[in-house]
Amino acid sequence: MTGNSSLATKQHTLAQHTLTQQLSPLHQLREKAPMFIAVLFGVTIYASICNQFVPQDSIFYVSTYSITLLGKYLCFALLALAVDIVWGYCGILSLGHGAFFALGGYAMGMYLMRQIGDRGVYGHPELPDFMVFLNWQELPWYWQGFDQFWFAMLMVALIPGLLAFVFGFLAFRSRVAGVYLSIMTQALTYALMLAFFRNEMGFGGNNGLTDFKDILGFDLQQDQTRIALFITTAIILAIAYCASVMIMGSKLGRVIIAIRDAEDRSRFLGYKTEIYKVWLFVFSAVIAAIAGALYVPQVGIINPGEFSPLNSIEIVVWVAVGGRGTLYGAVIGALLVNYAKTRFTAIMPEAWLFALGALFVSVTVFLPQGIAGVLKENNWLRRLTQRTAQPAGGQA
Amino acid sequence: MKFGLLRRFFCALLFFLLQDSILAQTVNAQSPDEKADEIGQQGISASVEGVDNYASIQTLAGAKLNAVPAIVEQLESQLGQQGLSLFEAMLAGRLYYRKSDSQVVIIEKQGSDSDNYLLYDSLTLKLLGEEATANFRKVRVNNKLRKQLRTTIARLSLFSNDVELRTESIRSMLDKVDEDTIDLLNQLKEQETSESVLSLVDLAFAIYHFSDSDEQSIRLAALNTMDGSLEPAVRNLINRATERYEDGTYAEVDTRVRRKAEQIKSGIESKVAFYEFLETIFFGLSLGSVLLLVATGLAITFGVMGVINMAHGELIMLGAYTTYVIQLLLPNHIEYSILLAIPAAFVVSGFTGILIERGVIRFLHGRPLETLLATFGISLILQQTVRSIFSPLNRQVETPQWLSGSLEINSVLSITYNRLYILIFAVIVFLILQLILKKTSLGLHVRAVAQNRSMAKSIGIRTEWVDAMTFGLGSGIAGIAGVALSQLTNVGPNLGQSYIIDSFMVVVFGGVGNLWGTLVGGFTLGVTNKFLEPMTGAVLANILILVFIILFIQRRPRGLFPQKGRAAE
Amino acid sequence: MSMLDNMRETMRRDQVWNFLQPPSVAVNVDKQILLYIENLSVSFDGFKAISDLNLYINDGELRCLIGANGAGKTTLMDIVTGKTTPDTGSVFFGQNINLLGKTEAEIANLGIGRKFQKPTVFEAQTVYANLELALAYNKSILPTLIASLNGEQRDRIDEVLNIIGLREQRAMIAGALSHGQKQWLEIGMLLIADPRLLLVDEPVAGMTAQETERTAELLTSLAGDHTVVVVEHDMEFVRSIARTVTVLHQGSVLAEGSMQDVQNNPDVIEVYLGESH
Repeated sequence: MTGNSSLATKQHTLAQHTLTQQLSPLHQLREKAPMFIAVLFGVTIYASICNQFVPQDSIFYVSTYSITLLGKYLCFALLALAVDIVWGYCGILSLGHGAFFALGGYAMGMYLMRQIGDRGVYGHPELPDFMVFLNWQELPWYWQGFDQFWFAMLMVALIPGLLAFVFGFLAFRSRVAGVYLSIMTQALTYALMLAFFRNEMGFGGNNGLTDFKDILGFDLQQDQTRIALFITTAIILAIAYCASVMIMGSKLGRVIIAIRDAEDRSRFLGYKTEIYKVWLFVFSAVIAAIAGALYVPQVGIINPGEFSPLNSIEIVVWVAVGGRGTLYGAVIGALLVNYAKTRFTAIMPEAWLFALGALFVSVTVFLPQGIAGVLKENNWLRRLTQRTAQPAGGQA
Repeated sequence: MKFGLLRRFFCALLFFLLQDSILAQTVNAQSPDEKADEIGQQGISASVEGVDNYASIQTLAGAKLNAVPAIVEQLESQLGQQGLSLFEAMLAGRLYYRKSDSQVVIIEKQGSDSDNYLLYDSLTLKLLGEEATANFRKVRVNNKLRKQLRTTIARLSLFSNDVELRTESIRSMLDKVDEDTIDLLNQLKEQETSESVLSLVDLAFAIYHFSDSDEQSIRLAALNTMDGSLEPAVRNLINRATERYEDGTYAEVDTRVRRKAEQIKSGIESKVAFYEFLETIFFGLSLGSVLLLVATGLAITFGVMGVINMAHGELIMLGAYTTYVIQLLLPNHIEYSILLAIPAAFVVSGFTGILIERGVIRFLHGRPLETLLATFGISLILQQTVRSIFSPLNRQVETPQWLSGSLEINSVLSITYNRLYILIFAVIVFLILQLILKKTSLGLHVRAVAQNRSMAKSIGIRTEWVDAMTFGLGSGIAGIAGVALSQLTNVGPNLGQSYIIDSFMVVVFGGVGNLWGTLVGGFTLGVTNKFLEPMTGAVLANILILVFIILFIQRRPRGLFPQKGRAAE
Repeated sequence: MSMLDNMRETMRRDQVWNFLQPPSVAVNVDKQILLYIENLSVSFDGFKAISDLNLYINDGELRCLIGANGAGKTTLMDIVTGKTTPDTGSVFFGQNINLLGKTEAEIANLGIGRKFQKPTVFEAQTVYANLELALAYNKSILPTLIASLNGEQRDRIDEVLNIIGLREQRAMIAGALSHGQKQWLEIGMLLIADPRLLLVDEPVAGMTAQETERTAELLTSLAGDHTVVVVEHDMEFVRSIARTVTVLHQGSVLAEGSMQDVQNNPDVIEVYLGESH
């Protein structure tokens, strides 16, 4: 009590407007976004320039392979952001976000398939190769419209959004929470994986969708197209990041954190928590789906493996490593873990699963707040409160 | 011998349940030991009768293909019953002769990496030794010869001492009953004592008369005999007789006979449908028992302790690999190794479980989501460990003889022994577990800790120890499940992964913290799945079940049998 | 032109759209009774937590509920606030609003505030933000997203900060408060919404004598403008604030009246005081 009161005196000197300012989303944006955007675009532009204008033999040259790899990482960062929004801020541990990612990817893949036109192996003007192979006579109804870019992009957001809405509505309304919800989401992605493995579904079965040629008329194999995709990913990541910062910095964000820490209390204050959760889940699912849509043209394939429960749970580890409940933490975690994965699988592929497993255990046991937690610990938080607050999300 | 008895008991039980199937037969109902005895006796008599037989057999070596039929006929009359194994080996292409001295032997190929054959005596089936493959040449057979061999074997089996063989051979004749067969069967009928064989003989006569005779009364009588039979031959015959051509005429011109046949057909069809229904139920129960086995351990760790163990599937996998390793260590005792594997798997998985609990889970107490992630990490490590030690390829665990084969109730319904045993095994494991939880002091402590940890601690229960033991128990049961699974599927590093979601579903569906819920949940899901399968296909059935559970959990978040009391909230 | 006007009217920044506003129904308290609880029963797996309970709370009164553990006090609060659905019986807020079948959030928005037995605040957020979250306003998603504090609301927060004595701690993370301070903060979160009915479950548990005294003062001062129902085990505290006391026993009302009456009631002496002492 005495410790607190001396601290409180210090607090008292804080001007009233600082306190209320902290509650403003714009203020949050000014605090958190510039650094992030500067680093993100710094790297993006540097890498692009080094790829285009630096001769190949220079040590500053960045290969197109690296550009694609970076682009892939940024997609994963976006995906991690999506998981962090629901897990870090609302305590909903989704083990099925890979499903939304994959659905977005499939929607994009369907557009890219339709762009192949008659350049497929079988040369059919309308049907993708795998349908010709299965002796299908005409395009299934759900493939209609995907030759239009705008329509495909609409579906990228709509289908996963709708799935998230229905699932979330059912789950949150009947107050399924915690571990149950996690297992349900895992079952969801597992069921979808089984479904997409079936040839009759009309999504290419086991092999998925691949052999893409071009996007919006640009050849996917071209360096310039790759760079454009990379930069687009960076821009969308920046937009999603800023939007998330603003939302989490608004009163809505504070309600969401309140729901995470004390859902009953929020309910008795008059917040319809299930509705908040549903919409947050939908928002997060749409971001994950966009990440998937950006991912597919860069890696050139989408198959049912993306639905595998392991993939979804790996995303959670990126967020855990980076530090949940901090948006930049999720991004850092995704980048670091995936970089490690690339290096590991190149040097000693068998060891990757060991490393990943160890990462799961060590982060949860020793580093519950992740890297961001370590950064914070040494920084302002310690000065602000002497008694360490209950870890954010300790309830989760 | 013990297993023979056990098997007989279950046969009897099933007979009792399915009394109206007169033709109920057991195939393989004899224990392997008995069978070996019989063969042994035959062998002895053969060796007493003399070398002469072997000399005749030697004529097969290098004989021209068109000369072989005569030799086979000659051998048949000379050897009689004793020749069965010889002819069977010949039909299966396992009859070889040594190039140097024309000795005819039955060989057994070893693995693809071995250059030697195992040699068996052509009459007694005694193991003679091992010899290089290069020394031998195959006794050639062509299609015509194969046909001849089949009838020879059928003829020989018809007069065999073995009821089972006789039954088999009559059945194989039912498809095409001609005068020769009737003669043979007439001979058999005079000396036959077995009821079931006699009824088969009557059936054969009926089939013959129906096709052969023109007289209505005989044909109707024949139909009467066939009424209710599930033999494929009878079903084909009846189907042919009732067939309606496109021009509106019928294959059977005699209207009364046709009416009767149609009546019988519908009778048979409903009977077939009934047995197929029973079979679906059995398959469902079998799947349910697998689900029960994999979920029981989880019902302890997740249900009772509230610990989310995502490595549960890998503990199952460890159990399966333990079975594999024990078979490797005891290659000559396949029959018993599986029994030894049960306690071994319990110990291996249980010990691993205790390690996991002490090493990781206890630090994450009260943080279920973190526990979920950490144990998932452990599951990856365990998988990769197994992959590194045993290679990523699937390993084959051999099925002991007493677990292979099937109990054939009739030609529609047959029950494989491994599934039957696993069903029984699952229920036994479940009951033992119930006993442990309800009757032992460990069980009492476990329940006390589960209900009120701090209170349990304050009355002197070593909660830490109870935690470790409970977790060990749940994990050990996962290991036992692995032993059972090794008999049904391939043993590979991903074995556990494919069961983890299913087992969580069962526990959640049944109601967390309620073991009976797990039992009911497992069987319900199993049976439902198998009934859906014919309509939707296996994958879709699986998906539908998952969707169903997701919806079910929305309606009843606490499962079929929720834990009682206010504390459960 | 009129369309443009309509448009302008629709897009006015100073008010939310009609369809986003919860329908406001005025509580009818013509009979001076705010809460009607009649023939209420609920059981959990055969255990009757509440059995045939009748209770009327007058508008503006301060009522204390006492009773041994398991007498059904918390269950009663759960029912009134929508957390538990009773098997039979009716609960009316005023004469006109049926509380049964309404969700917790709807009931809260009607002006019924509840304080939990265990102090529950949003531990990861500042005291100030805690109070901001508890402010009465349209609590659906979009208004929440664009909400910002106006001067009136800031004054209201300051006022409540003064009442609960946490003015100096307002920038602190709520998780860092002491147990008693958390209790106060939670009471403050109820107060700030200016509820018609306050249900307070064991407000002084874990408080120092001084804090308890202040709580008693606060609750007494609230009565009149607000209706307050307090569940408490601390008899000293009950005596200090109570005007009317209701004794619950095994899920129904055993006695009702002033503290004096209740203490002399032979039934109470037998089952309640006799049991616990």
